[in-house]
Amino acid sequence: MKTIIKYVLLDLMRNKVILFYTIILAILAVSVLGIDDNPTKGLLSLLNITLLFVPLITILFSTIYFFNAIEFTELLLSQPIKRNKVILAEYSALTVSLSAAYAVGIGMPLLLLVSGIASFILTLIGILLTFVFSSLALLIFVKCRDKTKGIGIAIATALFFTLLFDGFLLAFIYSFSDYPIDQAVVGIIAFNPIDLARVLMLLHLDVAVLMGYSGALFKKFLGSATGSIFSIACILLWIIVPLLLSVRIFNRKDL
Amino acid sequence: MIKIEHLCKSFGKFAALKDINVHMRQGQAISLLGPNGSGKTTLIKSILGLVIPEKGNITIDGQSVKRDWSYRSLIGYMPQIGHYPDNMTIDQVFALIKEMRKETQDYDEELIRGFQLNKLGNKTMRSLSGGTRQKVSASLAFLFSPSVYILDEPTAGLDPVSSELLKEKILKEREAGKLILITSHVLSDLEGIASHIIYLQDGELLFYRSVEELQAATGEEKLNRVIAHIMKNESRIAKTIQ
Repeated sequence: MKTIIKYVLLDLMRNKVILFYTIILAILAVSVLGIDDNPTKGLLSLLNITLLFVPLITILFSTIYFFNAIEFTELLLSQPIKRNKVILAEYSALTVSLSAAYAVGIGMPLLLLVSGIASFILTLIGILLTFVFSSLALLIFVKCRDKTKGIGIAIATALFFTLLFDGFLLAFIYSFSDYPIDQAVVGIIAFNPIDLARVLMLLHLDVAVLMGYSGALFKKFLGSATGSIFSIACILLWIIVPLLLSVRIFNRKDL
Repeated sequence: MIKIEHLCKSFGKFAALKDINVHMRQGQAISLLGPNGSGKTTLIKSILGLVIPEKGNITIDGQSVKRDWSYRSLIGYMPQIGHYPDNMTIDQVFALIKEMRKETQDYDEELIRGFQLNKLGNKTMRSLSGGTRQKVSASLAFLFSPSVYILDEPTAGLDPVSSELLKEKILKEREAGKLILITSHVLSDLEGIASHIIYLQDGELLFYRSVEELQAATGEEKLNRVIAHIMKNESRIAKTIQ
């Protein structure tokens, strides 16, 4: 398994898309942090950039990578090795390289220009979201036979979590505003990894009350520490559950 | 060597393989023939464990392909389409597979030298032509001198010189007592290589006979004439053979 990770990483490190992704992130980070003297504002802008782009790019790149590597995967599977090791190795190499791109592009400028716990949390969020959305990409890959369909579903998934979900949540809050739904809303947020990531960041910026309904609710019901643990635990579930499901399906998949 | 019993596989409503029973022995060079969509690739992939059979059993050297994956160290597989990660170099591909099959230490690099791939070691897979990629796939299949070779359209896309080189290598391995399973639509390429023919149609095994038997039954010498004869008079010949 280590062998496959090593060689796939060597391949990905020379991948132009990943290089480009790193550079764009670095430019964004440096310019956003340079514009304003207030580091909290810079962090919030970077948070929004992260929440919008990391899921979309990760899920698209990963899905395309898995589909393109299908013949290579078959070749690896015809060697004496367990099935789940092959797919987990490819997943690991992919997440490691995309996370490294984020850590270098956003994490490094952040830690150099605005050190502190909030910078660390934002880097962590980017990496966690990378893991979540490559897990989802893997799930899409094992469920779909067709590449075009897979990419379509990947785009739809990313858009659902970045845009649609919050729309539904708002509609829900408005239509049930006469009832005590606060706790229900906190529960619903757990179904969107991007919202979880946002809440995790806001809890550490002391602007939770200013930043809308979900942040305020989290602070009120869970407090900073419990809220952080709750959201990290939920994000970890968003990584592990799709991953385990994918491995199960892949073990019985016809290639 | 390879024993297939009551193998069935369907994709949705489409039955790709219907109750296949075959016993392949060492020293045979079996050519897998049949029209497109007759189940050749599905059969090969079932042996490799890439397709999970619905019913039936496949054993290789007594080892079932179902749970234990270690039997694959007996197999050298050359896929129909060799597609590798873009930025991997030829050397890296060879190193990767070598590290995955550590139990074999003496490598058969005859094809690598024959195809002069050792001079291209630093080239990335993306920069290679389809034929050169095919050469990499072929060299990988023969690298570990396995006892079973599974070659899916091995000569497609190769130039005449390389194609001859590969055929000579296949013959050599056949004489060394290996089992060779080969699919090809270029029947003239199989001339002199194939000792047996398995003919599949619509997922059914039409016949599994030695080339001599078929030549006697049809009265033709050349392999492509033999097969053409059978395809034309399919049902009648199939009856007389069986």
